[in-house]
Amino acid sequence: MLSANMTELAYLVASILVIFALKGLSSPETARRGNMFGMLGMGIAVLVTLQLDGVQNYTWILIAISIGALIGGIAARKVPMTGMPETVAFMHALVGLAAVLIAVSAFLNPVAYGIADALGAMHTASRIELFLGTFIGAITFTASLVAFGKLKGFVSGNPVTFSGQHLLNLILGIIMIGAGIVFCVNESPEAFLLMLAVALVLGVLLIIPIGGADMPVIVSMLNSYSGWAAAGIGFTLGNNMLIVAGALVGSSGAILSYIMCKAMNRSLFNVLLGGFGSDTSSSSGGAANVGERPVKSGAAEDAAFLLTNARSVVIVPGYGLAVARAQHALKELVEVLQSKGVKVRFAIHPVAGRMPGHMNVLLAEADVPYDIVEEMDVINPEFSDTDVALVIGANDVVNPAAKTDTASPIYGMPILEVTKAEHILVVKRSLSVGYAGLDNDLFYMDKTMMIFDDAKKACEAMLHAIE
Amino acid sequence: MSANVSDIAAQAALATDVASNTVDPIVMSFTVFILAIFVGYHVVWNVTPALHTPLMSVTNALSSIVIVGAIIASGPVEMNLATVLGLIAVGLAAVNIFGGFMVTQRMLAMFKKRG
Repeated sequence: MLSANMTELAYLVASILVIFALKGLSSPETARRGNMFGMLGMGIAVLVTLQLDGVQNYTWILIAISIGALIGGIAARKVPMTGMPETVAFMHALVGLAAVLIAVSAFLNPVAYGIADALGAMHTASRIELFLGTFIGAITFTASLVAFGKLKGFVSGNPVTFSGQHLLNLILGIIMIGAGIVFCVNESPEAFLLMLAVALVLGVLLIIPIGGADMPVIVSMLNSYSGWAAAGIGFTLGNNMLIVAGALVGSSGAILSYIMCKAMNRSLFNVLLGGFGSDTSSSSGGAANVGERPVKSGAAEDAAFLLTNARSVVIVPGYGLAVARAQHALKELVEVLQSKGVKVRFAIHPVAGRMPGHMNVLLAEADVPYDIVEEMDVINPEFSDTDVALVIGANDVVNPAAKTDTASPIYGMPILEVTKAEHILVVKRSLSVGYAGLDNDLFYMDKTMMIFDDAKKACEAMLHAIE
Repeated sequence: MSANVSDIAAQAALATDVASNTVDPIVMSFTVFILAIFVGYHVVWNVTPALHTPLMSVTNALSSIVIVGAIIASGPVEMNLATVLGLIAVGLAAVNIFGGFMVTQRMLAMFKKRG
C-alpha cells in the first residue's frame, strides 16, 4: 500500500508519460514510441488506483476490465480505416457515458469518494464539480451518438432544422443550469436527475442541425468535450491525473476544431448554428449552370500520356478516392510514374476526408510513403512549377470560386491552387456538385481535362495505358 | 523515505493551518488544470497534421483515464447500484483504453518512409 504522497507522485509520473505520448506525435518517427509511453502511463495510473484503500472489489473490477479489453482489442483490429471517424465518435460516446455513470455513482455514494462530511452530505464545492462533470459527460454522450449515427449513415447526414430550434435549445440550457444550481444549493436528487435528463436531450438537439460536411469539426469538438468531462470528474475526485489528462485532451480537441474551422473559413459558432451543407443551400454560385457549359473530356490513355511526359505531378486526393477504394491502384500508378523519373507528390487539404488527418491515414494504409505527402501550405507555392495536377475524388477544396467569387458560400476558404499547374486532370464520375452544393469552374477551364469514370477504374486504366 | 515525505507534508499543512491561510484543494486542482491546458496547447500545436487522426484516437484512450474514477466507484465490496454503475463505467473505459491505444498503434505502423 502506497502512502498518499507516493500515490500522488506515481500519478505525476503517469501524467508525464501521457504528455510524452502526445509529444511523440510531432513526427511519424517518434509517434510509436510515444504511444508506448501513453500505454505505460495509463497502466501505472490503473495499478496505482487499484491499490487505493477503498478499492477492494478486485474480482469484479478485473472482470469488467477484461471484457472491455476484449471488445476494444477486437474492434481495434477489425475497424477499417475509412470507418475511423464513426469509430472515434462512438468512443467519445463511451467516455461521455462512463463519466455520467461515475457521476451518478458518486451522487449515490459520496462517502466512498471522500466528498461528503460526517453526516453524508456532499460539500458544496463537490456538488458544483459533480454538476459540471455530469452535464458535460451527458452532452458528450448523446451528441457523440448522433454524430456516430450521421457518419455511419444510420441517421440522415442532412441537417435537421425546425423553427424555434435555437430558442428551444436556449430554454433547455437555462433549465439545465437552473436545475444544476438548485442541486448545488440543496443536493436535491430531483434537480440532479432533471439536469441529467435535460443534458441528454440537449446533446441530441445540438447536433441534429449540423450537416454531414461539418462532421470533422463536430468530431473534434466532441473530442474536446470528452476531455473536459474527464477533467470534471478529476475535480470531483480531487485527482490530478484525471485533471491533467482531461485538460490535455480538451485542449487538443479545441485546437483541432479551430484548425478545421479555419480550413473551411467558418467560425465555430457558425458551424454550431447548423444548416450548412443541406440540399437547399445551393442557391447562389454557379449551380444553375451545371451541365450547360462545355467541358473538355478525355480518355485514360490521354491522361496517361500527359502524366508520363510530365516532370512533376501533384495528386490531389479527396474522400471520393477512398469511397471508390482506389488508393492501391493509385499507389501503383505513382510507383510506375516514379520509375519513369516523374516527381510525384500528394497534396492534402486539411478537410480532405471526414476527420482531421483522415486522408493521410488512408494513403499510409495504401503504402504511400508519408514523405511524398504534403500539406496545403507547403504544396501551394509549388503548383506553378507543376506540369500536371491530378484531382481524384476532390471537389470543393480545389474550387477556384473560393478565391475569386465573393458571392460564393465558400468564398475565403483556403484551397489547393491547382489552377496554377500547367495541365489539370480531374477524375470524376459526373459533373455533380460537392458537399457544399456548388458547381466548380475548374472543370470548365481550357487546361482542364475531365476523365469521367470511377476513380478506381480510371487509375487502373491509366496504369494499364502506361505499362 | 515515504514516511519522511508525508511527515514534511503534514508539518507544512499544519504550518499553513496555524497561519489560518490554508489553500483549498480545489485551488490546487485548478492550478494544475490551467497549467495542463497550457502544456496541451503547446504540445498539440507541434503535432504534425498528417497524424491528426492518430492524435484523436490516442486522446480518446487518454480521456478514458476516467477509469480511475470508475475503479474508485466500484471499489467497495458491497454490491449496490453505485458499485454496479462503477463497474459498467470500468468496462466502457477499458474498451476505449485498449481500443484507442491499439488502433493508434495500428495506424502509426502504416506510416512508412520511402524505400
